Amino acid sequence: MSYDATHAPSAHHDEHEHHQQETTIFGFWIYLMTDCIIFGTLFAVFATLCHHFAGGPTGKDLFDIKNVEIETAILLFSSITYGFASINAHKKNKGAVLGWLLLTFLLGVSFVVLEIREFNELVAHGAGPDKSAFLSSFFTLVGTHGLHVTIGLIWMLVLFFQIMGKQGLSTRMQTKLTCLSLFWHFLDIVWICVFSFVYLGSVV
Amino acid sequence: MKRLWRFFPALPALMLSGCTVDLLQPAGPIGEGNRDMMVLEWAVMMCVVVPVIIATLVFAWRYRASNTKAEYLRNWSHSNKIEVFIWGVPILIILVLSVFNYKSTHDYDPYKPISKEMQAKVGAPDAKPLHVEVISLDWKWLFIYPDLGIATINELDVPTKTPLDFRITSDSVMTSFFIPQLGSQIYSMAGMETQLHLLASRPGNFQGEAAQYTGPGFSDMRFRAIAMPQEQFDAWVQNVRSGDNPLVAKEALDAQTYPKYHTAPPAPHDEAPKPAPVVYFSSVQSGLFEGIVAKYNVGMSHEDHGKDMGEKSMNMPAESHEAAPSNTGM
Amino acid sequence: MLGKLTLSAIPYDVPILVGTFIGVAVVGIAVLAAVTYFKKWGYLWREWLTTVDHKKLAIMYVILGLVMLVRGFADALMMRTQLALAYAGNPGYLPPHHYDQVFSAHGTIMIFFMAMVMMQALFNFVVPLQIGARDVAFPLINSISFYMTLVSAILINVSLFIGEFSNVGWLGYPPISELQFNPGVGVDYYIWSVQISGIGTLLTGMNFLTTIIKLRAPGMKWMHIPVFTWTAFFACIMILTTFPVLTVSMALLALDRYVGMHFFTNDGGGSVMLYLNLIWSWGHPEVYILILPAFGVFSEIAATFSGKPLFGYATMVIATGIITFLGSIVWVHHFFTMGAGADVNTFFGIMTMFIAVPTGVKIFNWLFTMYKGRVRFEGPMHWIVGFMITFSIGGMTGVMMAMPAADWVIHNSLFLVAHFHNVIIGGVFFGYVAGLSYWFPKAFGYKMRDVWGKWAFRFWFVGFYLSFIPLYAVGLEGMTRRMNHYDNPDWHPWLLVACVGVFVLAAGLACQVIQFVLAAFDAVNKKPDALDLTGDNWGSGRTLEWSIPSPVPHYNFARLPVIRGLDTFHIEKELGRPAPVSELEPIHMPKYSAVGPVLGACGLLIGFALVWHIWWAVVVGLVVAFFTVVHRSANLDVDFYVPVEEIRADEEAFARRLAAAKAAE
Repeated sequence: MSYDATHAPSAHHDEHEHHQQETTIFGFWIYLMTDCIIFGTLFAVFATLCHHFAGGPTGKDLFDIKNVEIETAILLFSSITYGFASINAHKKNKGAVLGWLLLTFLLGVSFVVLEIREFNELVAHGAGPDKSAFLSSFFTLVGTHGLHVTIGLIWMLVLFFQIMGKQGLSTRMQTKLTCLSLFWHFLDIVWICVFSFVYLGSVV
Repeated sequence: MKRLWRFFPALPALMLSGCTVDLLQPAGPIGEGNRDMMVLEWAVMMCVVVPVIIATLVFAWRYRASNTKAEYLRNWSHSNKIEVFIWGVPILIILVLSVFNYKSTHDYDPYKPISKEMQAKVGAPDAKPLHVEVISLDWKWLFIYPDLGIATINELDVPTKTPLDFRITSDSVMTSFFIPQLGSQIYSMAGMETQLHLLASRPGNFQGEAAQYTGPGFSDMRFRAIAMPQEQFDAWVQNVRSGDNPLVAKEALDAQTYPKYHTAPPAPHDEAPKPAPVVYFSSVQSGLFEGIVAKYNVGMSHEDHGKDMGEKSMNMPAESHEAAPSNTGM
Repeated sequence: MLGKLTLSAIPYDVPILVGTFIGVAVVGIAVLAAVTYFKKWGYLWREWLTTVDHKKLAIMYVILGLVMLVRGFADALMMRTQLALAYAGNPGYLPPHHYDQVFSAHGTIMIFFMAMVMMQALFNFVVPLQIGARDVAFPLINSISFYMTLVSAILINVSLFIGEFSNVGWLGYPPISELQFNPGVGVDYYIWSVQISGIGTLLTGMNFLTTIIKLRAPGMKWMHIPVFTWTAFFACIMILTTFPVLTVSMALLALDRYVGMHFFTNDGGGSVMLYLNLIWSWGHPEVYILILPAFGVFSEIAATFSGKPLFGYATMVIATGIITFLGSIVWVHHFFTMGAGADVNTFFGIMTMFIAVPTGVKIFNWLFTMYKGRVRFEGPMHWIVGFMITFSIGGMTGVMMAMPAADWVIHNSLFLVAHFHNVIIGGVFFGYVAGLSYWFPKAFGYKMRDVWGKWAFRFWFVGFYLSFIPLYAVGLEGMTRRMNHYDNPDWHPWLLVACVGVFVLAAGLACQVIQFVLAAFDAVNKKPDALDLTGDNWGSGRTLEWSIPSPVPHYNFARLPVIRGLDTFHIEKELGRPAPVSELEPIHMPKYSAVGPVLGACGLLIGFALVWHIWWAVVVGLVVAFFTVVHRSANLDVDFYVPVEEIRADEEAFARRLAAAKAAE
């Protein structure tokens, strides 16, 4: 009774495709807003508990601002490299897209590695998340951001291989790249807040 | 027959049959304030609710489909006059209630000491307040009278016409300290001190309860609040101090003996834990209450963590909540 | 290997649970056997379980909601009989350990798995039809939403027979929900079932907000949107702004319990007050999320059965918007007794009171919709009259509780319990039930027997007052909620009446079940007078969903409707339908997909494994879910075109039925 979309009249199909892509991006924006509220809530939790040290160490005792500055620089730079990937995607320049994505991926991985190292050091110094409410909220807020970055990296990897494959830079893949780009820049903005409120705020 | 009478859902009948409707028969100015606000709001709201219910029934009957004589305006759906009325009246009512809301919330604020007027009204304008420290435990209430050096479990004896200053904390889960006939309740929370000010204007034996679920022993986490004239109260205090009373524990309540009373004895899974008996203590170590609050706040940098925590922290999440979205650039 | 799970987790020593288990097992085996016997597995899988059709998902939501309603209702019966018995030394038949789980499960189930589920059912069925869309914006995500809801409901019921459920109430207040006081798995079941269902609800919120904004039929301006869809729109906005907060609260509680963090613990600097603020800044908007769609249903029904447009459409939309805004900034009224300053309490108290204004306006709007109408009292209309009376009373007690000075004595009392049942039953439940009976013929093409619906209403209405007026009374007598036994002689008679009342409610529920069974019976026997031939079953439908055949074809609209104003179908009936301007075209539709059920299975496995600390199973669940998503994202064969011949055949069949209906008149 019915036939596959792939065999459908193509003008029709393109129109639907276009409409669907626009809707997808809109839906993704809405998702980002909810994610924004998740981070907003975690910031509120941190603001409430950031002085509940329970006899444990304070941010001043713990944070190595140098390390965090490097992390910040890496993440900001990765946003720029992703931007180049986006530009090349519009130009349908597949090779360049893959290259920039790879660079972004490597930067993201190094950010996550640095963060894990930082967490490890804190735990090794006896400042784990179970030490005090302050540390619980710190690890949860920063960790949630780190988790988002990790998920973004996995997503990037999947896209990388899909672009390499037969889909190339189809409209569908372009939309996915746009969504990931929104996600990636959003994480950057969240990180700037983390850096200013959590790290600088605790040290000053 | 008398039992049957109670089935009639009419409050006056209930009162006549000898029931105590705690919230409508308060025994102190705070409880009266609570009741007055309740009754006032009920009365004001009834002015809207009753006409709405009547109108619903009347319209439903009058404009039923079978009544073809009634007017039928099949496209009518707007009227500025009605709009003004249906927005205006509720706004006016709520504005009026808001004034009462503001005033009563401030007048009867649990943190505010009993006012001179309230004291004057019960006929003892100069009575000095009685301090009571309240600690909720698993599943009992410990009352310490710091000025008198005595303490009780699951019984709160107080003089009438004397302002009662409660400082409340918990050494277990959170619950709420509530004597319905005296009025307002306040949460008890570990590591925090909350406050409550009440006054009993007449003698009585009132029910007191934990108003927030605390676990298997919750239903029996009740106490009697006994208000008596000052002389009788003084005699009771003497009696407790002397140790003659059979309910008086053999030991003083101090840091060493406290743990014994702190936890409930284990109970089998399929039974309710036994209600904790009433105990009096003829002497009590001073600073016990502060110690219990402080033990949850080791190394807190917040100076105000223990004291006034209720109010301070209370404001914090509210503020930070509103501030939160701007943190993330929303 | 199995984490904390051992044989001793199975409560074979509790006769009530063993009996329940046998009952569930017998029914379950009977259903499975019947499906096997009639060789329906393939049909079930192809047509229902893998569906992405919003109408079929809606029907599955309704079934889930009804099953959970029965489950939650059984809890209510147990509580009321316990309190009727457990007086003056009699311990009753439910020890606290069991009773506490019953009241926690009752609240959790009724809110998350009955009310929220019914609400999503209504969203799914009604919204796309009302805005002239062929499906939602993200059909597959819609199916995933359903499966998240389904598996979390399964998870909460698994807790009956394996382990235990939470015993600390439907909001899991710490510190009693912390490991220190609650080392069992009950709270973990609570956390993960709420968490998984919350994900489903969030996805639903995103999906329908996008649908309403992006997929409206050509010409449908904002002020042409039917009121139910407006309420869905605002409810979605609230879902999107508040469910993330629930997600965070549950996650933090889980971190406390699983990793030893100190968000809400007594020690380590945790703050109970933080949890109360977080959970209620979700929890209060939640009740408006539930009630707004019910208001929407009432608006549709009032107009249809009064034979008039809704009075004050614009006012209604504005009032809904105001409620959305005010509902989000009043959460502190759930804990005026925490010791906040008088100014804070006053602010939240007055804001709360002001919600009564837009709500009151709505009541007046329905009132004036009936005014000078031709009101037909068919089943759905009964519920709205019952609602207006009951909800006014509930609103009154709500305003009473909004004043801190009054709330300080009725907080946590049975007065409070009576109040929120007053608005949830009298508002949300009446509304959803009215909606079910209103749109039932549209979904199935068959009418329900109205008389059973009317009896259901009578029992629910009377039963409600019998059950809850006594609770107002004992609340005034100082009885707090969640008590397991008591010895106050003043309370006893009231609680006996309440117990009788809940059995009257049970009779109402029975009538509804009978009504559904009879409708199925009529459908199977193809009873001619139960057929809805015209698609406009009530004869006075005003919105787009009544313009298409019942049951609705899978593509909804053969031609995308052109919107000419508010109540567009009514306009068509008045002015005559314009001749179609265009030829029928092939319709682009999504293919059904197994991704939903697979992700659902992963969700169930992950949830169960997290409860019992079976870490390898968590990893397996996550890995399978990941590869499912990746596989899907690489799959290009996800849609198809409905050929013109099929659409034309459907259209011609519909024309014949319309002609037959006309001839019958």
